[in-house]
Amino acid sequence: MSDDLRELYQEVILDHGKHPRNFHACEDATNEARGNNPLCGDQLVIYLKMGEDGKVADASFVGKGCAISMASASMMTDLLKGRTGKEAQTMFEAFHKMCTGEEEDVDLGEGAEKLRVLSGVREFPTRVKCATLPWHTMVAALEGQDEISTE
Amino acid sequence: MADTAMHSPVAYDVETVRADFPILSRTMHGKPLAFLDSAASAQKPRAVIDTVRDVYEREYANVHRGLYEISEAVTDRYEGTRETIRDFIGAASTKEIVFTRNATESVNLVAHSFGRNFLEEGDEVVITELEHHANIVPWQMLRDEKGIVLKVAPITDDGELIMSAFEDLLGPRTKLVAVAHMSNVMGTILPVEDIIRRAHAVGAKVLIDGCQSVTHIPIDVHALGCDFFVFSGHKLYGPSGIGVLYGREELLDAMPPFMGGGDMISSVTFEKSTWARLPHKFEAGTPAIAQAIGLGAAIDYVNALGLGAIGQHEADMLNYATQQLSSFDGLRIVGTAPNKASVVSFVLDYAHPHDIATIIDRAGVAVRAGHHCAQPLMHRMDVPATVRASIGLYTNKADIDALVSALGDVQEFFG
Repeated sequence: MSDDLRELYQEVILDHGKHPRNFHACEDATNEARGNNPLCGDQLVIYLKMGEDGKVADASFVGKGCAISMASASMMTDLLKGRTGKEAQTMFEAFHKMCTGEEEDVDLGEGAEKLRVLSGVREFPTRVKCATLPWHTMVAALEGQDEISTE
Repeated sequence: MADTAMHSPVAYDVETVRADFPILSRTMHGKPLAFLDSAASAQKPRAVIDTVRDVYEREYANVHRGLYEISEAVTDRYEGTRETIRDFIGAASTKEIVFTRNATESVNLVAHSFGRNFLEEGDEVVITELEHHANIVPWQMLRDEKGIVLKVAPITDDGELIMSAFEDLLGPRTKLVAVAHMSNVMGTILPVEDIIRRAHAVGAKVLIDGCQSVTHIPIDVHALGCDFFVFSGHKLYGPSGIGVLYGREELLDAMPPFMGGGDMISSVTFEKSTWARLPHKFEAGTPAIAQAIGLGAAIDYVNALGLGAIGQHEADMLNYATQQLSSFDGLRIVGTAPNKASVVSFVLDYAHPHDIATIIDRAGVAVRAGHHCAQPLMHRMDVPATVRASIGLYTNKADIDALVSALGDVQEFFG
């Protein structure tokens, strides 16, 4: 089996994919958005609960998708807690650069180094959107949009 | 399994057939290509590739205009293809064969020209739950514009049309029944003879989406009695960019043009234009000339092999694939109608279709994974997506074996 497949489907990703963290709806979310990938029909909803201090008090998601999108959403929601909207946006931009291969050794920011496990997607152009869909949806939720589509 | 030699006078030699398709000798990620995505678009035989090249190298000019040798020659070849198609689907006249870009455009042509002009608010169009988006969205657009009613006939969990429920939807306001002949996702073959008879009994016209069926089943539109029949060239081993609308002559005659422009007129003044005769009334602008001629070559190729022999070979491959896949751990086939052809859709209970497609791609196996432009059907079958392996006239057991072996890699990761 090819090395880039082993790089893509690392244990951490398979684990997050099978047992996603923060996988639940949130009744009292302050921000939420639905993300669609029309190419594959995958859909997910990101819930954010913003605290009065401007930081993410809670983040969760529901949806159906591949191991890559589930793992990405799972890790993202873990990392969002305690960050401001601006910090979340910065983290998204760094993550996006990593996934598209735009910047080889991009600085993912404090505490977010674990996201590098998803960098294998850059060898799979058709799968980059799987990894970035939860992030685009999160940004849409922060900006007050209800729905986004990757195309 | 029955010996193919019993079903056709000459044994079908798939390895000889494969040698006609140059692309099948290439590799993908260093592995022999196992191309199992013909339902999305089929590969092209040497005869089609050579024909298209020959048009451009020797005989290319615009059609219906030139007063010189090569323009007349290419016009003859282009119009000759119309006769090839007429004969292939059993139409009465080449006036009934309209060239389009693809089946999607053919459906849209009917929705615009027939739908806008002959359907009124409250009239009903009946489709089924297993339609491709191309046979859903044009009718929704017509609904939103004209106020027609779109009714959807249900299917069983096996993927078969429920005929009694379909019949219940028919009534005095039913003006059109538009159904797939064969499901692009599940391979189900619909009982179109029965559908057409029942639809005609209430005075409705019938459009058959033949995109998938035309490559596997001999078509005789006259015997079927359908009013419209649409298909694409690229699934029939021809070039992309060329499709066909068959329409009964009296209907096409009554329908106004779809698009205006050159080639579709008889005369033009700034006050008034008059339309060309059938079928050119529906063919505005310079058509896909080499593609149409290439489609003619594809049909000649299919005819030489014989759809009977092709269908039997594909049925053998479908049986083999179904057997091999059914026994795979955690695999469930989506679409198990007794009458089906050439398509196996499936899900694994431990891996998402996209992950499966990515992993088996690295083993040289090309499949489609996703919703197959049939999102309502995915919803009906309660799956977010499926993996679809589809069989063409060149599919062999090695292709199926490569798929099953590659699924072992998926199992290694996810199982």
